[in-house]
Amino acid sequence: MRLGWVAFIAVVGCRGALAADPPMPLKPGVGDSATVAACSACHTTNYILMNSPFLTPEAWTAEVAKMRSAFGAPIDEATAAVIAGYLGANYAVAERP
Amino acid sequence: MRRRGMIAGSGAALLALPGTASSSAAAETTRLPAELPEGTRQVDQFANLPDKRRLLRLADRPPNYETPVDAFTNPVTPNDRFFVRYHLAGVPSADDMDGWTLSIGGDAVDHPVRLKMQDLLDLPSNEVLAVCQCAGARRGLGLPHVAGLQWGDGAMGCAVWRGPALRDVLKACGVKTGALEVWLSGADKPTMDGTPPYRKSIPMEKAMDADTIVAIAMNNAPLPPLNGYPARLVVPGWVGAYWMKHLTTIEVRSTPLENYWMRDAYRVPGGLFPVDHPFPSQAADGTVPVTELVVNSLIADPLEGHEVDRSGFVIRGIAWDRGAGINRVEVSLDGGHNWQDALLDRPLGRYAYRLFSTQTNLMRPGPYQLVSRATSNSGEKQVARLKVNPGGYFNNLPRPIPVLVT
Repeated sequence: MRLGWVAFIAVVGCRGALAADPPMPLKPGVGDSATVAACSACHTTNYILMNSPFLTPEAWTAEVAKMRSAFGAPIDEATAAVIAGYLGANYAVAERP
Repeated sequence: MRRRGMIAGSGAALLALPGTASSSAAAETTRLPAELPEGTRQVDQFANLPDKRRLLRLADRPPNYETPVDAFTNPVTPNDRFFVRYHLAGVPSADDMDGWTLSIGGDAVDHPVRLKMQDLLDLPSNEVLAVCQCAGARRGLGLPHVAGLQWGDGAMGCAVWRGPALRDVLKACGVKTGALEVWLSGADKPTMDGTPPYRKSIPMEKAMDADTIVAIAMNNAPLPPLNGYPARLVVPGWVGAYWMKHLTTIEVRSTPLENYWMRDAYRVPGGLFPVDHPFPSQAADGTVPVTELVVNSLIADPLEGHEVDRSGFVIRGIAWDRGAGINRVEVSLDGGHNWQDALLDRPLGRYAYRLFSTQTNLMRPGPYQLVSRATSNSGEKQVARLKVNPGGYFNNLPRPIPVLVT
């Protein structure tokens, strides 16, 4: 429920010239709302599903780090760890096939 | 001798090309390529947009939509089927572009200028039929999968681009000796202050090429808002990343552009992919920017998963490269074991799609893998093994199309 509301705010709040559809719901889990809030600020969370399940937990950690360092996402270290943990637990492969 | 003369003076012929409007008679792509990763198969959807009909949506924010394969039986991609690719979610509307101007400056010009649309219209107009292709086209079809937009075949299109040559635009401000790169900015914006705005640069050699133009028309119409209205740079033979949309600022500089989009993104190991003209000011640490397209081809008819008649059917498709032109296309009916030459249609320009076709003979019913592979006039062939690289760029592995012969 909480996850859905955050997603709704993120989508409607960022509406520009193009209407955005609600993204696919993400799996419930520890860190889900932090993930939706942080990622939705700049892009659809469908990118998470699109890049699963072939990234390892380490690769997801690197993706979150890239969002902070290269793209300037205003996420603190602790929140980044929560997000990477959520993605690694729910949208990753154990190791590269 | 390079075949530079093919485009020059052929403007009237280009405008008369058939098929610049959509045709609804042919079969439509309804399924996703089997090679796409599972998560992508969950989010990709066919969708309409303002001014766009039935594209495959990878993401709506930022908007990234690819052209379904059914559109590629046409050597010119209609504006309403042309793919959409944005890095950042701050996409300007046509209204946002009211009062648009183009600023030209930088440390390597004598006097900066600000041009209006009428100034561009007053310059001599060039025209080029050229493929705009995303460097990550077919990323989603390669193994191992790598992070990024999981594009299928349709992160590309070919259009008639018209506008003044960049070199004629630059004449207005006087380019100094010592000019190294042309830096490009557009009106699309990041949503976060800390995100680097999308800016790219090209070397002077490419900037001064007669075919590099500031396009203000696409297929004889204004550019669609999602393809860069009111003006975008057209850099024939180079990946779409340099074709700056909603072009607002051009800077002629004596130094290389050092930002995320040049130094970190869009890079490949040096020497992995062939180039005719290197970009030395951007080579660093053993890597080079992704620039020139690799030779490639695509079967657009029949479509993946379709049934075809065993008594014979026509295989149709397109082949393209970075400007040498297409010399040969071979087609295989058995997944790449045996090959036969396809018939090439007339060339439409060195940067354009070249149509090919093959008529099949009587075949035994059953599943078949149709494949095409192209060779350019410079002898470059599609690869036999994928050149794996971290960004998943330049997948030009021959593409098998499964069909059922009945």
